[in-house]
Amino acid sequence: MAKTIVCRCEDVCIEDLKLGFEQGLRELEELKRHTGLATGFCQGKCCIAHAARFLARLKGGDDMVADPPRTRPLLHPTPVYRLAGELEAEPEGDGEP
Amino acid sequence: MRDRADLVIVGGGVVGLSLACQLARMGFCDVVVLEQGYLCFGASGRNGGGIRQQWTTEENILLMKESVRLFRRMAAETNYNIWFRQGGYLFLARDGKTASTLEANMKLQNRLGVPTRMVSPERARGIVPGLDTRGVEVCAYNPTDGVLFPFPALWGMAKVATQLGVEINTYTRVTDIQTRGKQIVKVVTDRGAIATSRVVNAAGAWSWQIARMLGVELPNKPYRHEILVCEPLKPFLDPMVSDLSDGTYFSQTMRGEICGGISDPEEKSSMETRSSFRFLHRMCRSMLRLLPRLADVKVMRQWAGYYDETPDGNPILGPVEQVDGFIQLNGFGGHGFMLAPAIGRQAAEWLLRKVDHPMFEKYDLGRFARGEVEREIFVIG
Repeated sequence: MAKTIVCRCEDVCIEDLKLGFEQGLRELEELKRHTGLATGFCQGKCCIAHAARFLARLKGGDDMVADPPRTRPLLHPTPVYRLAGELEAEPEGDGEP
Repeated sequence: MRDRADLVIVGGGVVGLSLACQLARMGFCDVVVLEQGYLCFGASGRNGGGIRQQWTTEENILLMKESVRLFRRMAAETNYNIWFRQGGYLFLARDGKTASTLEANMKLQNRLGVPTRMVSPERARGIVPGLDTRGVEVCAYNPTDGVLFPFPALWGMAKVATQLGVEINTYTRVTDIQTRGKQIVKVVTDRGAIATSRVVNAAGAWSWQIARMLGVELPNKPYRHEILVCEPLKPFLDPMVSDLSDGTYFSQTMRGEICGGISDPEEKSSMETRSSFRFLHRMCRSMLRLLPRLADVKVMRQWAGYYDETPDGNPILGPVEQVDGFIQLNGFGGHGFMLAPAIGRQAAEWLLRKVDHPMFEKYDLGRFARGEVEREIFVIG
């Protein structure tokens, strides 16, 4: 069966959301925690709108879009050294990881 | 929703669910759990998943040993993978006083069967590759401590409890608890009322609000604690690393992410869960000092949860004098998750079989009025 991917970072399919919904999860906050949706590198920027629309359709009723989960910083993944206020990274040793 | 129950548990966090699960296993299923949000809404879904036995009092060490035993079985018992990984806990001391505290703790822990040992900075660098130990005097290391993923642990306990007949109601807020004389008769929620004579207050940061509905004043205060997670990396970090000089802690999850937080002495008690740049900056500075190779690793997300703190850093457990049938299981600060399996089990034994445990006497609400307080100093993060 064809898979429709809704969250590319965490590889979450429409079927995963449907399964969660059938198990009684009604909010994106819950589906996010059960599937990992919106917790990858894009932090939801690519998938939340699709997921919200799909969940609203599953729920039925007049709402076009379900409530999004609470938005959390950071807007974009940022290196530790920058947040620490350093101008450049000076990794020690072999540079791993 | 049921309109009557033998026991109502307020709070669907790890403490409430652990109790519900243990009661159900003992055959006591006429229990309703009330959760104001979704499962994992409160501190149980916001913590770093640290599970350690390196504590400073006999009670806490023994309870934590029991919790580790129960966590080890949890995945098999609930059919949820809780990603429990015993990679140890490494505490760093940067001054003589902290070093001697760690040494005294180690002796007590060893006597109680926890294999903590003191390790030199050089040995610590062997345990954590790339650890910068400049300024570190000595470390305490227990290889049987660990980390887990909190969400599936909650879901697993909830599933077991539900299958055995407990009713768990999410998105259900308690608005009032009614009494006749000294006796509880009814819990009122925004989705209807439940007739009951016993209520367990396992509401974490909201416990003081629940208690106030019955005129009981708890000394608990909620404090925001922030935490962050970095992008997933190849597994390289075995233990939870914790620097006691500033309360930093971080570990690598089974997903590969580095996850951790730091104490903030300037944080005031509040019901605030917004994220701050101050935290991000302080935490990243500390991570960079401890593990310079993390410099280029990207921080993905930050969030916050509550520590439900009591004046002595220990929980409030058991009945209260003012109201019959009102049982406290709250005030766990930053260590509710790790204590929950053992606490849930003891509380279930106590409720059903009247099996006493010294903690109910030692950690009752009355201790603050009596002045019998022994402070737990090892509250991190």
